[in-house]
Amino acid sequence: MSEVSRARFKLFSFTDFRESFGNFLFVLPALLIFSIFYIYPFYKTFHLSFHEWNGISLKQFFVGFDNFKELMGDENWWIAVRNAGYITLIALTFQNALALALALACDREIKLKRFYRVVFFIPPVLSETVVGLIWSWILYSGTQGGQHIGLLNHLLDKTGLAYLVNDWLSDPKTALSCIAVVHSWKGFGWGFLLMLAGLQTIDRQLYEAARVDGAGPWSVFVHVTLPMMMPVFLMVMILTVLGAMQAFVLILVMVGQGLVYHTEVPVTRILAAMTGGYPKFGYACAMAVIFGLMLVAVSFTFQKLSSKVKQA
Amino acid sequence: MKEFNRYVLASRGVSFLIHLFLWAVALSCLFPLFWMIRSALMDNDTIFVDKSFIPKVIHFENFYSAWTEGNFGMYFFNSVWYTFWAVFGIVIISSLAAYSISRLKFPGKNFIFTMFLAAMMIPLPGSFVPLYVLMNKLGLINSRMGYIFCMINVGLSVSVFILKTFFDKMPIALEDAARIDGCSRLGIWRHVALPLAKPAIAVIVIFQSLNVWNEYILATLLLNDKNLMPLQRGLIVFQGTHSVEYHLLMAGLTITAVPIILVYLIMQKHIIKGLSSGAVVG
Repeated sequence: MSEVSRARFKLFSFTDFRESFGNFLFVLPALLIFSIFYIYPFYKTFHLSFHEWNGISLKQFFVGFDNFKELMGDENWWIAVRNAGYITLIALTFQNALALALALACDREIKLKRFYRVVFFIPPVLSETVVGLIWSWILYSGTQGGQHIGLLNHLLDKTGLAYLVNDWLSDPKTALSCIAVVHSWKGFGWGFLLMLAGLQTIDRQLYEAARVDGAGPWSVFVHVTLPMMMPVFLMVMILTVLGAMQAFVLILVMVGQGLVYHTEVPVTRILAAMTGGYPKFGYACAMAVIFGLMLVAVSFTFQKLSSKVKQA
Repeated sequence: MKEFNRYVLASRGVSFLIHLFLWAVALSCLFPLFWMIRSALMDNDTIFVDKSFIPKVIHFENFYSAWTEGNFGMYFFNSVWYTFWAVFGIVIISSLAAYSISRLKFPGKNFIFTMFLAAMMIPLPGSFVPLYVLMNKLGLINSRMGYIFCMINVGLSVSVFILKTFFDKMPIALEDAARIDGCSRLGIWRHVALPLAKPAIAVIVIFQSLNVWNEYILATLLLNDKNLMPLQRGLIVFQGTHSVEYHLLMAGLTITAVPIILVYLIMQKHIIKGLSSGAVVG
């Protein structure tokens, strides 16, 4: 037997199989957990979305696309989608503009730079429960002995802005905006750090060259910083969108769930369908499927944009 | 952008405004936490009316009451327990898998890696619904183990990705040396790969600890027994049952928030480096 054919023969030998199998064993724990806790629920979401099931009874009734049809005509669902869109819009504009402004301000030799960098990332490390409860306490409406209990109303009252005093979290006009702002407060540190890291990779000589050519600060920003930062911006934007669309713990903590539609978002609707007095697991899963597809579409669009930017 | 300002005076004015802006934002980050701690030190009579920054009488005993009567001691222990085991599990399981995918040969490994990658990219909103169904079926509602496994799964795919990328870039010479010395595959993983992967593991440990410590929704759906609840869940339960005792709620909040802030402050160099290098996706 020649060397070559012996080697080829060895490919199929028992020792090789044993080695491959041994190598596979390394992945097995991860694969098992992944299959049980990710793939099965993934499959089950699709499966249940075509059924009607209250979560308890042994019978799951196949109903075809009925859940989806019902969803399309469900007004509360579309209000919830619009609300999530509103939070996302605030996060994309206010939160990211703030993050960018701070990153630009810190992208230089500046005193206390490290201090700022550490402080701006404190809100992101806190949990949504903690953030929600602290801000609920500050936004607390209601009075005791003629005094406003919440700090914000108290300050407004004391500084002559008493006409702005409000039931921040129960007034339908302000509740969602308060949540969006608190969400942005919790999240801007991420964007700040990512953008600052991006800014610091830009070669200082580019700025120098633009300045020598007579460019002012604004035109340097538009023609040097902006194009160089496009991939980072897109990454921050996609993280912002996915985060804001799925934010719901803040809402549960700050205004509660299922009581008021003006602060509901898709995920709280899913939760409500699952835990309500008459649980509808199939309907909950149909919502999860539709909302998941929306998110995938958004992130796919951004990925396309991002690869285009990278090519340019 | 200092170099663009042609006039020193204008430059000073701009610099002042920039500092003012940065200070204002920094203050907005710190003040709510200060207000939380301040409120935790007041008593039930003063907390609703007194708006002074430093309470006249400081009630440190609130922390003791929250810890014992408010059950926060138990919630705290549960949080530590879940965080420790989930992160430990994530590191061991994901490093085994990542090492094998990166270094060893077996059929289908690329497919498996692509699956982990896809799981990282595809958002699964409301995945708690089927997960609850599953755990119910397996009888793992109100089970510490069940919750820990769920949390391991949450952190698994991103950790496999980080470690696989790290192992790919690691020089193979050391492992070859160990192999020639008769070290087994498992031995090489344990004694060569893991120690070399310390920077990547540090990033995983930090971010997954934050993640598990701060998790709320699965803890709510899977754990109804007060003795098993972690802090995040305990806070909401406490708020529901003691809705007027805001000083104790604030003490509970402080107990929940301070450890994570301390860990962050100690580890902030790693966190900022890990984030800035883009090691953390999603």
